[in-house]
Amino acid sequence: MQLSLRLAALVAAILIVIAVPIAYWLTFSSWRWKFVVEATVALPIVLPPTVLGFYLLVALGTRSPIGRFWEAWTGHGLAFTFEALVIASILYSLPFAVQPIASSFAQIDRTLLDASAILGAGSWRTFWRVVVPLSRDGLVVAAVLTFAHTLGEFGVVLMVGGNLPGITRTVSIAIYDDVQSLDFAAAHQTALGLLAFSFATLSFVYAVTRKPWAVVPSR
Amino acid sequence: MTLAVALQKRLGAFTLDVDFTAGSGVTIVFGESGSGKTTLLRCVAGIARPEAGRIALGDRVLLDTRRGVDVVPARRRIGFVFQQLALFPHLTAAGNIGYGIAHLSAAERHDRILAVAGSFRIDHVLDRRPAGLSGGERQRVGLARSLVTDPEILLLDEPLSALDYATQSRIIDDLRRWNDSRHIPILYVTHSQREVFALGNRVLLLEAGRIVSEGRPNDVMDMPAHDRVAELMGFENLLEAVVLGRRPDSGVMTVRLGGTAIDLETPLVTAEVGEPVRVAIRAGDILVATERPRGVSARNLLPATIAALHRRGALVTLAARLASNHPVDIEVHVTPAACAELGLQPGRTIWLVIKTHSCRPVRAL
Repeated sequence: MQLSLRLAALVAAILIVIAVPIAYWLTFSSWRWKFVVEATVALPIVLPPTVLGFYLLVALGTRSPIGRFWEAWTGHGLAFTFEALVIASILYSLPFAVQPIASSFAQIDRTLLDASAILGAGSWRTFWRVVVPLSRDGLVVAAVLTFAHTLGEFGVVLMVGGNLPGITRTVSIAIYDDVQSLDFAAAHQTALGLLAFSFATLSFVYAVTRKPWAVVPSR
Repeated sequence: MTLAVALQKRLGAFTLDVDFTAGSGVTIVFGESGSGKTTLLRCVAGIARPEAGRIALGDRVLLDTRRGVDVVPARRRIGFVFQQLALFPHLTAAGNIGYGIAHLSAAERHDRILAVAGSFRIDHVLDRRPAGLSGGERQRVGLARSLVTDPEILLLDEPLSALDYATQSRIIDDLRRWNDSRHIPILYVTHSQREVFALGNRVLLLEAGRIVSEGRPNDVMDMPAHDRVAELMGFENLLEAVVLGRRPDSGVMTVRLGGTAIDLETPLVTAEVGEPVRVAIRAGDILVATERPRGVSARNLLPATIAALHRRGALVTLAARLASNHPVDIEVHVTPAACAELGLQPGRTIWLVIKTHSCRPVRAL
């Protein structure tokens, strides 16, 4: 459980940092091929986790440039490590971070941005003083959703992380293991914990945003 | 300080093509919606980019497409009050007003906010967010937020259109007083004729992206070029007519109202005999007599019957039906006292007395 929480928290934190500039670009760019980037970001929603996991495994393995670079740098392989799990989870949860943020960016009245510019603010100041405060709901939803989504993922973790106790054995995989070994009591305990936690998380999101369907990635 | 603007801006099929200067004080930009008023302001502010043009404020060039000059909005030193105000909903009134002077020290910022809030009478609402303000207070915060930055020009996009008349005139007075010591150019966009007369020393009449007339409010607003503008300028009556004869020597012409045998004498305009025109007449410019007047200078004396009579506040509105086989109704405004003294009531026969120069022939669009 502790491993899962650490993974989810780390992934949520990194994702907010990555997703904000992506969402900003997706919202405000007028590049005509923007839809290709939008589709790419949204891919993990529809792709079977095993497909994503498989490609990641290949990309992170010792035969790929990334894997070789990692091995030369750290002295050990990337696949089946905690770091690999982090990378995989970031990609897998990316749309759940980008979409709520992009949709709250898009809801901001553009004349507010014009007003900010005319009042002497550059785009950096406008971003921090106007865009971010008015997107607070989207940012909260993105953080909570990626956290919860990472906590519950199974397929990608199994493909990329394997099932190494204490290193890559997350809760959802632990439940699977418990069921396989017919230890229903342990499975119950973990599953109930996860269920309660997920319910609490979503309740928190709804309470904070007070908007219907804030949890469904819109657009 | 003088603003000099010459620019062309395309927006789909619409083209804004203007060339004018505006000195210190209020210059009204008047026109119907879609005439390009807001686009003009957005170009001057730098949030819309003209295809070609030059904008200069005094000797400071803000835009010169030929020389590749395009100063970003943040450096134009412009105050802009948006039609929808665009107050930041997450900031208090004080936060909104202080937004544009963040470079000042906290103490100086505080003083400036208090000073401008005092002169716009919003010092008691400084800690409220826009959602907690009344319409008039919001308008004042929007003005104060722009003025506190000490702009070198002020652009106002129908800033008072949502307010009642009394609040409007109080805000206008405050704005005038504020500019008394500064003398910056103020471009004031509106489609309300009342604001034109209340505010302007100068009016630009904008039509389909071009300035068709400019001058003092009385001159511009009395010379509508065509019927849509006449309606906007508050001419209640727009009568279909055909030019019957021209008398260039006396500067008048005769028109016949459509479908009737009723002739009107109007000032001479460039319209050929036989050409259709519309005659714009303000309801308040028409006199009512209960019998045929004699010895008056007014050239148009029309017999009519009162078809309807409504009293609205201090104004009585008559619908006077001209005596003709083809009914033409003319709206006439009289005071309640005059109405009572003359015993005006529906069905009564009256005479309408209209001066030649109260009839404005306009092009029909």
